[in-house]
Amino acid sequence: MAETTAGARDLGGIHDEYMTLTRQKRLYSLVLLMIFIALMVAGFSVAGGRNAGSFWGGIDNFFDYPSELVIEASGKLAEFPAHFVTFFPALIETVNIAAAATLLGALAAIFLSLLSTRGMARFPMLIPVFRRIMDFARAIPEIVVALVLIFILGGGPVPAMIAIAIHTAGALGKLFSEVNENADLKPVDGLASVGATWGQRMFLGVVPQVAPNWLSYALLRFEINVRASAILGFVGAGGLGYELKNAISWGQGRYDEAAAIFLLLFLTIVVIDQTSSHYRDHLTHGSKSERR
Amino acid sequence: MTMLDTADLKGSADRVMARKRLVSFGLPALVLAYLIYVFFAFGVPELIQKASSANARALVADTYSHKVHVTRDNRSGDVRVAIEGENKGAYPDGEAPDWVALGDETVIDLGGGHIITYLPENNGVTYDVPGYGLMTFEVSRSQGVIQSYPTEELPDWISASKNRVAVTTDAGRLSVTRNRTEVFRYFVGWELFFFTLDSPYHGLGLGEVVSRAFSGEAGAMAHDFWNNAMWRHGDVAWAIFETILMAFLGTMGAAILALPLAFLAARNFAPLVAVRMATRRLFDFIRGVDALIWTIILSRAFGLGPLTGALAILITDTGTFGKLFSEALENVDKKQIEGLQSTGAKPLQRYRFGVIPQITPVLISQILYFLESNTRSATVIGAITGGGIGLLLTQAIITQKDWEEVSYYIMLIIVMVVFMDWLSGLLRRKLIKGDDSGH
Repeated sequence: MAETTAGARDLGGIHDEYMTLTRQKRLYSLVLLMIFIALMVAGFSVAGGRNAGSFWGGIDNFFDYPSELVIEASGKLAEFPAHFVTFFPALIETVNIAAAATLLGALAAIFLSLLSTRGMARFPMLIPVFRRIMDFARAIPEIVVALVLIFILGGGPVPAMIAIAIHTAGALGKLFSEVNENADLKPVDGLASVGATWGQRMFLGVVPQVAPNWLSYALLRFEINVRASAILGFVGAGGLGYELKNAISWGQGRYDEAAAIFLLLFLTIVVIDQTSSHYRDHLTHGSKSERR
Repeated sequence: MTMLDTADLKGSADRVMARKRLVSFGLPALVLAYLIYVFFAFGVPELIQKASSANARALVADTYSHKVHVTRDNRSGDVRVAIEGENKGAYPDGEAPDWVALGDETVIDLGGGHIITYLPENNGVTYDVPGYGLMTFEVSRSQGVIQSYPTEELPDWISASKNRVAVTTDAGRLSVTRNRTEVFRYFVGWELFFFTLDSPYHGLGLGEVVSRAFSGEAGAMAHDFWNNAMWRHGDVAWAIFETILMAFLGTMGAAILALPLAFLAARNFAPLVAVRMATRRLFDFIRGVDALIWTIILSRAFGLGPLTGALAILITDTGTFGKLFSEALENVDKKQIEGLQSTGAKPLQRYRFGVIPQITPVLISQILYFLESNTRSATVIGAITGGGIGLLLTQAIITQKDWEEVSYYIMLIIVMVVFMDWLSGLLRRKLIKGDDSGH
């Protein structure tokens, strides 16, 4: 039929068009890739230019410090148990900072998230206000709050704890409110119909539905917060980070202490990561796909 | 029979309820007990006593105000007026703002009737406080600060000892010691934010600045602003750029490194169990060592600077990305790869057209999320490796007096993080179309 011949001719046209489009698209992604590579190269050279040592000068020395550390520490292996005992309180402090901050932050996040979820909020008019509060708490880097509080309160674990708790409240609040949005509102309506107060509706109607997911996110946050607490200790907030800073500033001859702290920190993070990921798998019924 | 059953059922229901009750009361009790333990373990009671409310007040006051120092050196008799008492904020010799009259007798009008006069003889000072009276101080080498007050009993806003007097009123503050006499007057706002005193544009109104900018002086004006010695806008802009650069290089570098490694760690792509296990342990090790330890090791090798910070982020995130990407790879749909295979595609083509398009949304969303969160990390790492806005912030805090700069940096950091958050959200929406959840 006439239509088929017309179709064949059209097909040729479509094929050409498709090829030009593909070529265009390829060119487009090639240009994007070139820009990206140029950005990376330029970025590394700018960063390298403003660095004290250069990349190629330093790459050879990369293993110098770790190997010095290992060599000196392996000569003093007998002293390691004593070091572990010495630094154990600092380790406990670091973990306590993270745990207390996660607890306080999660408690604040629960209220913030309930108050900023549609259908659950106590004051629906104020939902945007509570959302902005969470955004703000999330945006402030921990070090900013920690340093300011160290100035006012003096050094120690409390400034770090407050700083991490503020950030945790914002970060968990956002995740919690995403969880809340998926919760079924029927129990809440049912409780409201029998005259339950807002607290009762939330505690009996929402919390049982979302608690496993909340707990899973809070455990993930705890992992992150242990690292943050170690870093803040390095800036002066106590705990293992502070001991580490002292140990490495003593330099050669005392490397065994630094190595002991490195090892403690490494083991702590690995143990906490493994434990928490085990429980998180458990909480989400071992379904890995849920976290994507 | 049925009676017995219901009794059994009731019994088991009661037990369940009792356990639930125990949990719902026991869990909060445990949390509370832990928090009480932490309260004492962290020494909160002593901390509250130690807390310096003076520091807090200075910090809050400095965030929205600045002070001008009028200082007399009691040995030479020279009087100097300087903003925040800093050399770079000093008025040229013989010049002063209009509330200070220099001369043999320097008269300082703090406003509201508060007049302080530096007398030429014996390093004398008088302070006339409305409603209280005239105070007179003289500094003598042998006797310290000789003081006379209009009342017998001193009010609590005067703190006096043999060698030192400090008078703090609403209008300002006077401090007299053997070496120097100093008056602070507080003003709202950040002084010299745009131009320092040595710039010809200082003190001009907005209208005049704009009109002069249009008549060809914009270049000189930008130069004076950029090189403002007090606020160092040029350095601050560089520092922000450096922080974002660290985050960008670290995140992107880590993604580039992690993608091929992730194939080795994914169950459905790595043929050898040994390779898979080794790669996974490598990721676990990198993540376990943690950014702090990497930062220390790297700063030993590469020295201080932004490159070190970027590499620290790069290494740490390679571990995290490797884990996340390999999980994404394990979730890809096999059908698309088989479809490509049936057309005779080579392995590399299968990966490029069958696998990559499937994981791109996850990849992009993770990378952008980390880019935003690494901007925050780069601030902290910068404080340790000596690069970016983190370094400026810690330096400003260590001096313990430039609190207006501290609050300025804090605002800039928050703006920077919010901007990166917004940018990564925007890119995520643009690049991953049709995925409403964005994750």
